Amino acid sequence: MDSLSAATSESFRLLFSGDTDLWVIIFTSFSVSLRAIMIAAPLAFIVAFLMAHLRYPGRRTMIAGFSAMQSIPAVVVGLTVYLVLSRSGPLGDLKLLFTHSAMITGQVLLAFPLLVAISHSTFQAADQRVWETAVTLGAKPYRAFFTLLHEIRFGLIAAFIAAFGRIIAEVGCSMMVGGNILGYTRNIPTAIALETSKGEFSQAIALGIVLLSMALFLNGLLAFFQGRGVMSS
Amino acid sequence: MPRYFANLLSLLLLIVPLASADERPVVRMATTTSTENSGLFQVIQPVFEEDLGIRVHVIAVGTGKALELGRRGDVDVVLVHATPAEEAFVEAGYGVARHEIMYNDFVMVGPPDDTAGVRGLQDASLALGRVAAVKAMFVSRGDDSGTHKKELALWKDAGIQPQGNWYREVGQGMGKTLQIAGETQGYTLVDRGTWLAYQARSPLELLVSGAAGLKNPYGIIAVNAKRFPDTNHQAAGRLIEWFQSDRAHELIAGYRVNGEQLFYPVGD
Repeated sequence: MDSLSAATSESFRLLFSGDTDLWVIIFTSFSVSLRAIMIAAPLAFIVAFLMAHLRYPGRRTMIAGFSAMQSIPAVVVGLTVYLVLSRSGPLGDLKLLFTHSAMITGQVLLAFPLLVAISHSTFQAADQRVWETAVTLGAKPYRAFFTLLHEIRFGLIAAFIAAFGRIIAEVGCSMMVGGNILGYTRNIPTAIALETSKGEFSQAIALGIVLLSMALFLNGLLAFFQGRGVMSS
Repeated sequence: MPRYFANLLSLLLLIVPLASADERPVVRMATTTSTENSGLFQVIQPVFEEDLGIRVHVIAVGTGKALELGRRGDVDVVLVHATPAEEAFVEAGYGVARHEIMYNDFVMVGPPDDTAGVRGLQDASLALGRVAAVKAMFVSRGDDSGTHKKELALWKDAGIQPQGNWYREVGQGMGKTLQIAGETQGYTLVDRGTWLAYQARSPLELLVSGAAGLKNPYGIIAVNAKRFPDTNHQAAGRLIEWFQSDRAHELIAGYRVNGEQLFYPVGD
């Protein structure tokens, strides 16, 4: 187990000595995934609200649809985005393949159904009287919407964290549409895949530590926002 | 709107960093996993980016995939190693011209106890024949890469259609394939560059080298601007010129792993 412990101690050295390559990779991961979630979350919350608030035909099918789409594999999203953005594809003129924008597109598509499904169940559980009271008191619909968001903020934050956790750790789609370009589209998961295939375990372990700490932190936060874990009285 | 929504939004906008303002023109190069896994690009990439004032986005995939990226116009230039496929690429009008820039050779590696008895053979097809005869584990790239194409050509020369439990197509890059062969005590075909880079941590041994027909030439091809007018063909052309310069030749010839030269530059 000598090589394992050597690689692990080397990985700590990389993390704490400010190794530029390593931190560029970490920066790319967060930059791309934060931009993706910032695009996906507001839209998803509005869609979820409309699904919970309005009555229209096909509503339940739509809810089931978003629920089902949560389990679309990342590689399938990757393949689709690849084919659409490739220069021979329908949106090839935008020249987006192998850029941050392509990775963000993929991650938005991955995060969106998850955000809609989780936030929809939060809206559904919200007290209709919050909305009614706000409107009765003369609030304009958008103002009443924010009041409602405020009431169910913990559920929405939970949706946000769950979706962020999915996209920051996702490798298949980023690899296919980002191309794993050093110093540009190489993020934590694709770098771990590459370094492992090269047998350079120290950088892979260092990035694994970052991703793992991140996952533990987010899940801790999620548990925190899900409340005290007792029924409300 | 509750004030904390505004606060949250501004906080997130602060930590969402904008793309860096790098104004250098970008060239997209699809290349093989062997040039990247062997460490050559880590040495020469900063130099040609500096010399030419360009930013090169290197996408390291198998040769088949690299040529496919070229055929779709998704990259500006390809640097690969499968001469017949490269010539077909140019012939069909996807590439401008093929420039051979360097070569090394393929070698066969396998378990130290060498159950198939191929050590020291000077004929790669004969060696493959012995592996097949005793059904010793053989790990194939299986990814339409240059190495995979070479391996299939060698099986064809040997008159064998490899199939069965002993023949494993893994569909991975060269490094990963060597690891799998190492873990399963299998034989595999590998370019010398990647082998030298992995040798120290591989349980396998070099068994067949210097055999006839194992030369491995690398070519660079600009994607045809007539077919894809928006490729960065000017910068791609300068990059190809750079690879043919004395400076590039010195760097390529000077790149060594454990004191051994990995690639031999070729004048055009």
